[in-house]
Order: sequence, then structure tokens, then C-alpha cells
Amino acid sequence: MIAIIDYKAGNVASVKNAFNRLGVECLITSDHETILSAQGVIFPGQGRAGTAMKELKRSGIDTAIKNITRPFLGICLGMQLLADFSQEDDTECLSIIKGKCQKLPSVLKTPHLGWNKVEFVGNSPLIEGIRANSPYFYFVHSYYFSPLNNDCLVGKTPYGFDFASMVQKDNFFATQFHPEKSGKIGETLLSNFCKLCGR
Amino acid sequence: MRPITQPKNCLAKRIIPCLDVKNGRVVKGTHFRDLRDAGDPVELGKKYCDLGADELVFLDITATLEERKALRDLVGRIAREINIPFTVGGGISSIEDVRNLLLAGADKVSICSAAVRDPGLVKRASEHFGAQCIVISIDAKRSASGWNVYIKGGTESTEVDAIAFAKKMEQLGAGELLVNSLDRDGTKKGFDIELLAKICGLVNIPVIASSGAGSMRDFLDVFQKAKVDAALGATIFHYQEIDLKDLKRFLSQNGLPIRL
Repeated sequence: MIAIIDYKAGNVASVKNAFNRLGVECLITSDHETILSAQGVIFPGQGRAGTAMKELKRSGIDTAIKNITRPFLGICLGMQLLADFSQEDDTECLSIIKGKCQKLPSVLKTPHLGWNKVEFVGNSPLIEGIRANSPYFYFVHSYYFSPLNNDCLVGKTPYGFDFASMVQKDNFFATQFHPEKSGKIGETLLSNFCKLCGR
Repeated sequence: MRPITQPKNCLAKRIIPCLDVKNGRVVKGTHFRDLRDAGDPVELGKKYCDLGADELVFLDITATLEERKALRDLVGRIAREINIPFTVGGGISSIEDVRNLLLAGADKVSICSAAVRDPGLVKRASEHFGAQCIVISIDAKRSASGWNVYIKGGTESTEVDAIAFAKKMEQLGAGELLVNSLDRDGTKKGFDIELLAKICGLVNIPVIASSGAGSMRDFLDVFQKAKVDAALGATIFHYQEIDLKDLKRFLSQNGLPIRL
């Protein structure tokens, strides 16, 4: 079973729909034990960093996340919250991957919205079968994750400048784009994640 | 001569088929030849997905409140079956309407007349749900001095200037603008480039061009000349006058960033 963390931030249903289309059992939950015993964990997210971190702390999910040893995938805001800090609402985040989140430069149309390329520069089991030809994924965001070290970088995206669109550290994977809304290519990435979870 | 280096930006130009839905069925959909069920929004949506649509817009033209409840079930079905983003519009006039459609699984909602009558709604909706899911649809028609905003499906004129209205919507928290030209709608004479270029030059949020497409060249023109981010088409795709795949290949061959 894959656990989808519910922390009142965004469209968890669309992630569940994506797993249902793959025929993989999943559960929307905020229960610590369920999260820690799942074969894999999805950390989705839309909304503001400040509000999201407040809810994670209130519910104690912040601590639970740090104890996860199974494959974990943060999506969009779920990626940004893995950083040390976000400029959005001046928020202390989970400090799982070193770095900070900054607002996109104001010369660029914000939010960065639509299909953009991901150039894979690192290796990851999640990009098996899709790493060639810089595929397009669907993005919607106004802040971006800027990692301290480049060792965690899996993919980058050119939007006037290159930003980190996919990172990983140990069992923690994260994408700035929405694989659940990225057509067939997104389904492949999620399916690779399920395989990694033993599904 | 020194080469001019431009920062690389690969954000793709989007092509968005629009489906008009009435009582849970697509209208104008009867000319599809290859589909078993020509009138089912989910099936049509999936077909467009396979052909390479970058997003979908479902416009509900149902009149009564009772029938609108059925829309929620339909949106839920679309969300379960379709793996690209989709927008739902038509008759949205309250925060409750927005909430219901987002909860049912819509990625974005499109607000039209209500944004003119009650601009505060745009601000409230954007603060509640985030700018990324609030699309403002503007029906514009040429006047003596510029363009006026129309409401109620283009049947009622207002004194509101369309260009100023576009800027105001951005300031109130719109995440995207969908700009319809009532002068060009259904004419196949091409998009209203002048109107769209003016709006694109003024706002810093994505703009979707709508109304007037008659050829692949019209799409290329609106992207190159008006600098829009996306273009919408309805009948031109429904009646297979333009094949979505051919269109995307044509735009890509002409140098536009396109997801193929």
C-alpha cells in the first residue's frame, strides 16, 4: 500500500486518481503509523509553505516524515518543504535535503505554468525508460528549490535560468513538476516509483 | 558580430481543445466520425489527450441549478480518467461553486461574468485556493475606442474596458487569462492579434488566446505576433478541420517550443 500524506494542502485526490489508473492500492492518510508502515509514501502539496509547515508541526507529521525509511516522493510544494528554509512566509522547513526555496525572478511570468523540459543530469530509478530526449512535464509553481549541493540533483529545467526540477537523497525523491498530471510520461515515473516500493 | 545570447526557456506553447458540455454531454460533438460515443465528454477528452492536447477546457452551458449538480459527478469522472490538467467553466458565481468543482477534481476553474459583476470574488477565490487555479475568461468586443467586456455568454455589453479589466484581474489574483474575441468568434478569420498583443504586453501572467482560428497559420501567427502562452480551439478540432497532431508538428517545425 502507498500512503498519500494528507496535511490539508492541495489536491491529494488527483494523486490518488493517478495511482488508481495504475491499479496500485493507495490511501490518503494523516495517521503516523499508516505513513510509517506503508510500502511507499507520497507527499503532495499545493498552497503556501507557511500554512503547510504549521499543519505538519501541529499534527506531528513533520517528525514522522523524518523517520520514513521506505521510498518517499515529494511533489511540488512537497519538494520545497524538504528544504531547510523557504522564502515563502519565511518558513523553516523539514531540512531533509540541504537548500532553500526562493521566489522565481520577477522578470519571468509567474506562476511558471505549463509543460517544460526536464534535462536529466543525475541517475535515478524513477527515470528508467524516460531519461532520453529531455521529456516535458507539467509545472505550476511560483517558488523553486535551490539545493546547497549538486549531488542531489537529478533533473533541471530551463525557464530563463536552470532550476532544480528533480532531486533525491537516499530514499527521499522529489519533483517540482506534477507527474500525476504529466500524461503518459508522468505515469511511467509513478510506475517506476511503485516498482521501487515493491508494488 | 557578437551572438545575442538569450536565456534559455523551453516552456512549451500550449494547445487546448475546448469542449462545450450540456446536461453531461458534449454538444457540437456529433460530427466526430471515429468515435463510438461522440457525445461523452470523458471519451472525447481522452481522445484529445492521445492526440497531444496539452490541457482541456470543459465549458458547462447547462442552465439550471439542478443540472449543475450533475456537473460535479462529471468532473469527478474526468479527474479519474484523464491524466493532464483540465479547467472547468460556465456559470461560476461564488466561492462555493469554485470549491465544489475543485473538490470534484478540477485543476482550475474559469470565471467569466461573475468576475465583472463581483471583482472581489476573484480576490477571495485566489486567496482561498491559490492563483494557479483561477482562470479569468474575458469576452471582449471592439468598440469605438478599444474593446469592451461582455457578459452572459457575450449577450450583454458593459462599459468595462477589456484591456484595463485584464490588468485589474491580474492584480486581484488571477492566475491566467482566457481572452475571447466576440468579433472573431466563429469567423475563422484568425485570432484578434491586436487585442491579444495589448493584453500580453500589459500582464505578467499566462494568456490563452481564443476565438477565430481557421488555419494552422492562425495559430502560428497568434503565438509569434501576440506572444500568447496558449491557444484554444473548439469546432476546428471537433469537426477535424485541423488535426491536433499535425498542428503541433507544424508549430514545432516553425520554431515554437511544442510538446510533441
